[in-house]
Amino acid sequence: MSRRTASAEPAAVPSLQGRAIDDLRFIRETMENAAAFTAVSGWGMVAVGAVAFAAAGVAATQPTVRGQLVAWFAAAAASITISSYASWRKAKRANAPLFHGAGRKFLLSFLPPMTVGAILTYVLLESGNFALVPPMWLMLYGTAIMTGGAFSVRVVPLMGLLFIAAGVVSLMLPAWTTHWLLGAAFGALHVIFGLIIARRHGG
Amino acid sequence: MERTEPLRGVRGHAADSDPLALDRLIHERIRLGIVSALAVNDTLSFNDLKTLLRTTDGNLSVHARKLEDAGYVACTKSFEGRVPRTEYRITATGRRVLEKYLAHMEALIRATREPRER
Repeated sequence: MSRRTASAEPAAVPSLQGRAIDDLRFIRETMENAAAFTAVSGWGMVAVGAVAFAAAGVAATQPTVRGQLVAWFAAAAASITISSYASWRKAKRANAPLFHGAGRKFLLSFLPPMTVGAILTYVLLESGNFALVPPMWLMLYGTAIMTGGAFSVRVVPLMGLLFIAAGVVSLMLPAWTTHWLLGAAFGALHVIFGLIIARRHGG
Repeated sequence: MERTEPLRGVRGHAADSDPLALDRLIHERIRLGIVSALAVNDTLSFNDLKTLLRTTDGNLSVHARKLEDAGYVACTKSFEGRVPRTEYRITATGRRVLEKYLAHMEALIRATREPRER
């Protein structure tokens, strides 16, 4: 305010300065949005898809529910590591701050549904509702992708929607199909959409 | 109307101190947006840019063309099946110009602020 009222200031200066501040803000916002656009790494998703196929294979051979769950938990841990590393590399290559604008926005909307999923997994396993766990994973992961990808390229929320659809389908199918459906959804959707993102949106 | 030629006096010291010696080519909003968006992405398609900058086909292509003519962005056209696909990337010149522009804006803010506000 003092800038505006300072009488010694030439009249043009405050507006020039205002324009400069405005310009910097515009550049920053554009960069953040543009980075949010492709913060998701396509090649990372292809790798995550491959992990999911492997996990489905391993889980299907496990005789106990416990063994099956261990296979999927291991796959989830590997996937988180892979995708974090891939996003970090992509952001670094594009000179974008990962945990500032884009990546932060993604994480903030991605994490709540995933946290809810972890809590419900525990509750359902404790109460012996094993059959409900995989469909819930699919649906909540889909929700996380949809909300996290709301500011990203349009294919990302679309992928989330397909995960939710896969979850709904798996609710209606018999329990023995679970691993194959999890493998198909986590594997195929990640690989397909990963390739699309890698080809169209630089990595 | 926007002036399209790069301004004289943009080089050297003058650009850092003279507020009127702005690079008008990227001073315009859409063009500044294109250059900024490309600075943080390897490539962006025409449609990516259009969505990102919330503008129209016509507007974007006019401004992108001006940047292309100035050598600030490079553009490759290809076909994906039958759909034409235009990809933009920033050139080394474009990146330098944007950095200069940013420095210029910062200098402008500092210059007008410092004498009066501690």
